[in-house]
Amino acid sequence: MEAIAMDKYGAYVWSCFALTFVVYAINEWRARARHRRIYRDIEVRVKALETRP
Amino acid sequence: MWTWFHKLASPPHFYRLAKALSPWFLVPGLALIAYGTFTGLFIAPPDYQQGDAYRIIYVHVPSAYLSQMAYTVMAIAGGIGLIWRMKLSHAVAAAVAPLGAWFTFLSLATGSIWGRPMWGTWWEWGDPRMMSQLILLFLYLGYMALRASIDDTAKADKASAVLALVGVINLVIVRYSVEWWSSLHQGQTILAEGGPAIDAEMLYPLLANILGFALVFGSLLLRRVRTEVLYRERRTRWVREMILSPQGQT
Repeated sequence: MEAIAMDKYGAYVWSCFALTFVVYAINEWRARARHRRIYRDIEVRVKALETRP
Repeated sequence: MWTWFHKLASPPHFYRLAKALSPWFLVPGLALIAYGTFTGLFIAPPDYQQGDAYRIIYVHVPSAYLSQMAYTVMAIAGGIGLIWRMKLSHAVAAAVAPLGAWFTFLSLATGSIWGRPMWGTWWEWGDPRMMSQLILLFLYLGYMALRASIDDTAKADKASAVLALVGVINLVIVRYSVEWWSSLHQGQTILAEGGPAIDAEMLYPLLANILGFALVFGSLLLRRVRTEVLYRERRTRWVREMILSPQGQT
């Protein structure tokens, strides 16, 4: 419990680490989502062009 | 050397290389962060003045370093794009800006949270380090807004590269603000004259986190540049062939 409490600074210390994790998670998710979206858009366009008579 | 450089700058080559390299940055980066964070939070001794509050250093300092490193990458890439007209370098500059903005925000937020118990305030408008770091965030936001406001990619690349290069002056101010002016922010700790002004037990986890954050940042950047390359090259033959190939590399 002492390690969690961080003397009387637990709220400050843990909120900084939590915020860092959230920022990393957002960036990881955004990087994957944007790639997937752009790849799919191109894939749809390329395949539509290929099947066009 | 030049052959290697030109091959690296080729979009299809970079697209494949970035996918292969990304895990080699991410996995060691996460391992270093796990070591640095655990050791920094639970093994390193408390500071004799700040007690356990100083442990915020293990996320604040790496994010502050990265905020400046990202801007350096953005300005150099923009400069290379302007001078040598390399397509890949503009893609790098465009991809690094949002990452730089996030890490600048993180350094400001963690610094503010650290400032409350130590300085008795969340924010000090007259502090040169805080203000120059805030200007750095505005430079990133301005850079992204400028890009978004110009439809023509080539024109957006040139205009934003000029802005990135002009903004380099602020990096120098961020770096030396604590030496040039009186500041609430402490002076150099790791790069202090005469060696690091921090005990080895506290220093090693910090170095591990700085390197770990940089590697994870590198992995994110590789993937973001890869996506930027894919978007810019969406009408080219190699992208068409890649999508139609049986392996269908993503």
